[in-house]
Amino acid sequence: MPPVLAADRLRKSYGALTAVADVSFDVSAGEILGLLGPNGAGKSTTVGMIAGLLEPDSGQVRINGAPLAGDTDPAKRSIGLVPQDLALFEELSARENLRFFGALYGMTGSPLDDAIASGLEFVGLAERARDRVKAFSGGMKRRLNLAAGLLHDPQIVLLDEPTVGIDPQSRNAIFDNLESLRARGKALVYTTHYMEEVERLCERIVIVDHGRVIAADTVKGLYGMLPASRRLTIELREPPTDAVLAALRAVPAVGAIDVAGGRGDLETVFLTLTGRTLRD
Amino acid sequence: MMTAAAAIVRKDLLMFFTDRRALIMGFVAPIAIASFFGFIFSGGRDRVTAAVPIRVVDGDGSAISVAIARGLAADKALAVQGGTVDEAREAVRTGKTTVAIVVPAGFGDAAGQAFFGGAQRPQIDLLYDPSHAPELAMVRGILTQHVMQAVSAEMFGGEQGRRVTERSLESLAAPGSTMPEADRTALADLLSSVNRWNARTPSPAPPGASPTPARGLTMPYDVREQAVTAQAGIAYNGFAHSFAGMGVQFLLFACVDLATGMLLERQLGLWKRLRAAPLSRAVLLGAKAASGAIIALMSLTVTFAFGMAVFGIRIEGSWPGFVAVCVATALMASSFGLLIAALGKTPQATRGVATLAVLLMVMLGGAWVPSFVFPAWLQKVTLVIPARWAVDGLDAVTWRGVDFMGVLPAIGVLLAFAALFATLAVARFRWEED
Repeated sequence: MPPVLAADRLRKSYGALTAVADVSFDVSAGEILGLLGPNGAGKSTTVGMIAGLLEPDSGQVRINGAPLAGDTDPAKRSIGLVPQDLALFEELSARENLRFFGALYGMTGSPLDDAIASGLEFVGLAERARDRVKAFSGGMKRRLNLAAGLLHDPQIVLLDEPTVGIDPQSRNAIFDNLESLRARGKALVYTTHYMEEVERLCERIVIVDHGRVIAADTVKGLYGMLPASRRLTIELREPPTDAVLAALRAVPAVGAIDVAGGRGDLETVFLTLTGRTLRD
Repeated sequence: MMTAAAAIVRKDLLMFFTDRRALIMGFVAPIAIASFFGFIFSGGRDRVTAAVPIRVVDGDGSAISVAIARGLAADKALAVQGGTVDEAREAVRTGKTTVAIVVPAGFGDAAGQAFFGGAQRPQIDLLYDPSHAPELAMVRGILTQHVMQAVSAEMFGGEQGRRVTERSLESLAAPGSTMPEADRTALADLLSSVNRWNARTPSPAPPGASPTPARGLTMPYDVREQAVTAQAGIAYNGFAHSFAGMGVQFLLFACVDLATGMLLERQLGLWKRLRAAPLSRAVLLGAKAASGAIIALMSLTVTFAFGMAVFGIRIEGSWPGFVAVCVATALMASSFGLLIAALGKTPQATRGVATLAVLLMVMLGGAWVPSFVFPAWLQKVTLVIPARWAVDGLDAVTWRGVDFMGVLPAIGVLLAFAALFATLAVARFRWEED
């Protein structure tokens, strides 16, 4: 399947500092690509160039094979941006915010009304449509931030750390939203430095550091880059019984058995105990 | 594009009307402060100008000094009290009295002799409050008038005048006079004539003539004062100027708010969404400029509507001229806001600098006090201040009654400033989002 979005040797410098150096990757429909890297690695600058916020010094962004050209290129309609900032007007209601962001893409009348209604429904804020954003919790704002980027039904969604500072329920709801978007054939670029998020959501991962791509592969492929480990993960079809654990311990090469653990598992414990219902 | 531009304008107006502070600054503050300045500077339509408080200390008690004190007391520009020298000095020192006039003993005789004969002139002490220098000049002028009237009246017909004239004649005849012979003879003739004049019995006035003329010297002219306004019979309304000045000041403040709002949108990441949309830079900045101009125009309209309804401000000149000046002023102010947004870094820092810039602009532009009270050189310098053209333009179409052609220069200059500010803003605007 041809890529919907292709970043081709993107480069951006600020004076003597090279923020992004020849970054290339592509994303296909129905795929979530993880863009991983530490702070200052060049992730946001890369996303900024794809979204048209920054002009690359060299290289190009291609949407469905055609280079993105200038501020008013209609191809920008194919891109939805969910910035890291909570880019919302606090004094306006959720509906008024979405009405404004939809109008930026030329949406009016009943198509806009329908998009607002389904957008709010999608992120679980339909009942709070008339409330001012300043009354929202951090998680609600994050979800509205997501809805604002999706309102014009873009083919490509750029998500710049969309889960910063929210509770597990809201984060889990956003993950569900993103998986739903993937199922609808959207191409998503997911920028974060939370490994477990990428591991859960992304088929392929691009790791950048100091403005350069240092690895690009599937999760499995990336694991394969590591030297052989003494650790082996076994996923059982059902919770382990004492007999199963005893049988495993009887294997001579086995040192220790860890039934549960790690942040992902702890989050599962948390969600099991507190429930998955949104706390708005 | 139009949908997006309209959405930006609509959103900015919505934000403006949900911001209580912006509403107060846009509508309430200009009306309140313009009303205050109007009361202070216009004097109202029937208000009497406050009299200058002075004290007169008559240490002489002669007919001349009494006449001077009476003349001063009758002058409506002065509020006269008496008292001793010490009381007068204390009253000036404590700011209760602006000027104290101290007439010394022997003033009447000495002034009479100095009036004709070149004898040494007596001194009147003026004790004044240095923070009221303009009033001192006014009091000095009024005092001169009353002294000249009192001394001349006494010299031509008063008892004290007769005595002084006779004494002067005696001293001229006495041996040892240093005056040249010819001058002495001429002065003696003059004083003798004055004596004969004083000794005569006044003739009855012929039928139809005015009553007996005042004795002594009088002011040889009367003044007819005429305020030149839009038309004869239309009184100057000082509120028109204060509402123009405050209207311009607060619409500039509204556009500073627009600028800091743009910087805040950038800080919050909202500008990223705007830039991510397929919109031209012209649409983005044009829509912002339109928002600013509409808000500025609303502020000016409400301010003047209040002034018209409550203080009787009238557009005595051209209505189209008034509308055009308002629109040009609003465009100038909104492009000024764009320029601030282009040059500013953070909303907090920018607000302080921009507020100072606006205060300087409106102060030099004559928004607080009319620019014609400035020194001539400053009046020329302030021609480069856009607020000056806005205030002068509004003055022109309100109380001055100027027609449309008369305000075209102001409209042209304001539009030129708008174009200049907009060009600089576009050139300096930071388009890239970090």
